[in-house]
Amino acid sequence: MEQQKVSTASLCYHCGEEITGIDRVIDNKHFCCAGCQGVYQILSSNNMCAYYTYNDAPGKRFGQSSHFEYLDESTIIKQIIDYQDEKNTIVTFYIPTIHCSSCIWLLEHLYKINPAIFSSRIDFLKKQITISFNNQELSLRAVVEILAEIGYEPAINLQDVVKENNHSVNKSLILKVAIAGFCMGNVMLFSFPEYFGLSGLEQQFQALFGWLNIAFSIPVVFYCGRDYFVSAWNSLKHQHVNLDTPLALIIMVLFLRTAYSVIFNAGPGFADTLTGLVFLLLMGKWVKQRTYHHISFDRDYRSYFPIAITTLQDGKEKPKAINELIIGDRLWIRNGELVPADSILMKGDAWLDMSFVTGETEPQQKVLGEIIYAGGKQLGEGIEIEVVKNPSQSYLTSLWNKENYTNNFKQNFNDSVAKYFSVMVFIIAFVAMGYWFLNGSSVKAWAAFTAVIIVACPCVLALSTPFTLSAILSVFDKKGFYVKNTDAVEELAKCNAIVFDKTGTLTTTENANLFFIGTLSDEEKKLTVSLLNHSSHPLSRQILKRLACGSFYPISKYKEIPGKGIKGLVNNQMVYAGNKLILPFDIKPDPQHGVHIAINSVYKGTFVIEQQWRKGLINLISKLEDTFNLKVLSGDTNKDGEALKKFFLPTAIIKFEQSPQDKLEAILAQQKAGENVMMLGDGLNDAGALKQSNFGIAITDNINNFTPGCDAILKGSSIHYLPNFYQLSRDGLKVIKISFAIAIAYNCIGLYFAVQGILYPLVAAVLMPISTITIISFTSIATRFFARKNHLI
Amino acid sequence: MNILYFLVGCSLLMALIFLGAFIWSLKNGQHDDVVTPAMRMLFDDEIKKNPDE
Repeated sequence: MEQQKVSTASLCYHCGEEITGIDRVIDNKHFCCAGCQGVYQILSSNNMCAYYTYNDAPGKRFGQSSHFEYLDESTIIKQIIDYQDEKNTIVTFYIPTIHCSSCIWLLEHLYKINPAIFSSRIDFLKKQITISFNNQELSLRAVVEILAEIGYEPAINLQDVVKENNHSVNKSLILKVAIAGFCMGNVMLFSFPEYFGLSGLEQQFQALFGWLNIAFSIPVVFYCGRDYFVSAWNSLKHQHVNLDTPLALIIMVLFLRTAYSVIFNAGPGFADTLTGLVFLLLMGKWVKQRTYHHISFDRDYRSYFPIAITTLQDGKEKPKAINELIIGDRLWIRNGELVPADSILMKGDAWLDMSFVTGETEPQQKVLGEIIYAGGKQLGEGIEIEVVKNPSQSYLTSLWNKENYTNNFKQNFNDSVAKYFSVMVFIIAFVAMGYWFLNGSSVKAWAAFTAVIIVACPCVLALSTPFTLSAILSVFDKKGFYVKNTDAVEELAKCNAIVFDKTGTLTTTENANLFFIGTLSDEEKKLTVSLLNHSSHPLSRQILKRLACGSFYPISKYKEIPGKGIKGLVNNQMVYAGNKLILPFDIKPDPQHGVHIAINSVYKGTFVIEQQWRKGLINLISKLEDTFNLKVLSGDTNKDGEALKKFFLPTAIIKFEQSPQDKLEAILAQQKAGENVMMLGDGLNDAGALKQSNFGIAITDNINNFTPGCDAILKGSSIHYLPNFYQLSRDGLKVIKISFAIAIAYNCIGLYFAVQGILYPLVAAVLMPISTITIISFTSIATRFFARKNHLI
Repeated sequence: MNILYFLVGCSLLMALIFLGAFIWSLKNGQHDDVVTPAMRMLFDDEIKKNPDE
């Protein structure tokens, strides 16, 4: 009993996890496994133990590391590195395990481990490391192996998220905001004297200030405001009106009238309104561009695939980049590796986990000559396969290449209002102009015409939407719901049907319960525990925790077979633990999937991982049932069909054994019937459906895990907030509509002056910031109010 | 009052220098990562002797 206390009470010095098996002690420090101990030894021998002083137990447990032979191939190296000359190579990796300041310290002191590394810099939010090293003394593979050795294995995938992110950084928008802000500040400065009235002495400056204002307006209109003209022109070419059309018109009218006023000395122009307008519009655009550095919403199958795979050429292993694979290549797939292309099994014992592709969790056995679809993961010993289709044309990838995705033209509230808005403004402007012409005052007619267009600026409309929706986005992401962009929030508000995937979406494997089918005596428990003690597999550790047996027998002939299980001679008895493949005999009837235990050729029973429904599922479903049409499409067999039906109304449709294609078509059919479908899924097998749905949510228990392309990523622990998220998005649209009404009220005041042709620039210059401030404060207060009402703050 | 022409010119020049400095820092990547440097500056230069030993 005493011994058990010691072994479970202590935590691993490196990773902070409970020590369930053998307690490894070095330098008075306890470690849970050989991996953690190994990292500590590397660090302590390099005098880098400061790693442990910044945070307690900063490490992470890691599984078996991958093979990096492919990093010796020059064609593959070329795809990965950023820069290379005779001496120096610079490379950037994405390392998912970066999580604390200790990580930064350690990874930025890599030169202590190997002096050939010149420098390494971390970008903490993006979880990226940029390493520059001496390529004469160190190969890229050696660098990656050093990282893997200390527990920071980089994720090197076919879809290079690192490089794609670098392109998406929108520096030009920030530059435009800066220039517009700069010009606005200066124009304000030069306009103030006009507002306060110029004495006779100062009249001489009027012309100078006017010309300076024009000079500042030119970059604002033609550089900062350029996108509005381009966008307006494009939409007019397609014969529809978006919000940018009236904005472009206003910018142009403001500029021309300002130029006219200054050139012909006809009073102060509207340069301050013009620059202020463009600055505020760009600010709105900037707010709208929300970037989640560590999350990518556009992942496809390529982020699941490694960048290279081992091929067999004349019996020799040779790594080859996946996008260079051709039909007929022989591939060698090791335990835990993915099949990158549709292939035929040539040699070996193939047990494939197809859960990426189909959602079915049981591994399938394949016979020689059978087709293996891309995306399957080999469990067990290596197999030899021959490629029959290019990786880009496989069954799995065809889901992405379908042309189903064209009908997702999304029109938002702004664009639909803009049309009516523009028509109204033109009618008023022409009526005012016509009136003054009839009264014989052509000067006033033009003044009224331009003033109406200036004052009726939909600037507020262009600002209220991004400010409201981005405020909602920040409420969402505090609760673990990461939405791709502000337009997606509007899509969320329109949904009226929800389709769920089952495995990984409604169920979770985190905190899964283990239960044992069969019986174990105390003696047999001790035998099992002694065996499992030597394995670092997560399942072994879970079972150890569950059995909670503190004393062990010595063990000999211990053997771990990857993908199968472990066996060993304990107290002169042969003990087996693992899946069916480890057992020396067949079990009839087929037992449930799990960890089988056999002692001395006698089957003792199975540890089964219970599919656990997510917390609060009953509440969630009953809340959603009122507003939505619910449906479950599962790729799995219907083994928990009965349990699932209890959660739903009898009318809800629940379907099993759905292929990815079936799911996609089911959603298409619902959309044809006029429904706006929200899809919740987790795996690659839902990828097509997520993309097709109006609002696709990928559910994940760990935000750093790979998720398929989608509109939003939701943490599994926050799924019960879904009805609140939906309600807040609807409230958000309400806020936008109210602020639109407020903006109209301000416009009416402005129009009152404008139609009379007496709009003094000062009025316009004051009215615009006031209405903007009102709207921005209204939207943020209202959003907070609704967020509180929905229990999200 | 003619001194104002000179002063306006000066103020413009100063403002343009600041704008130029901002553009340079933006192009230079100084705004790319604003989180890590704040954490990095807290690290000690010399590695402490492990207090346990």
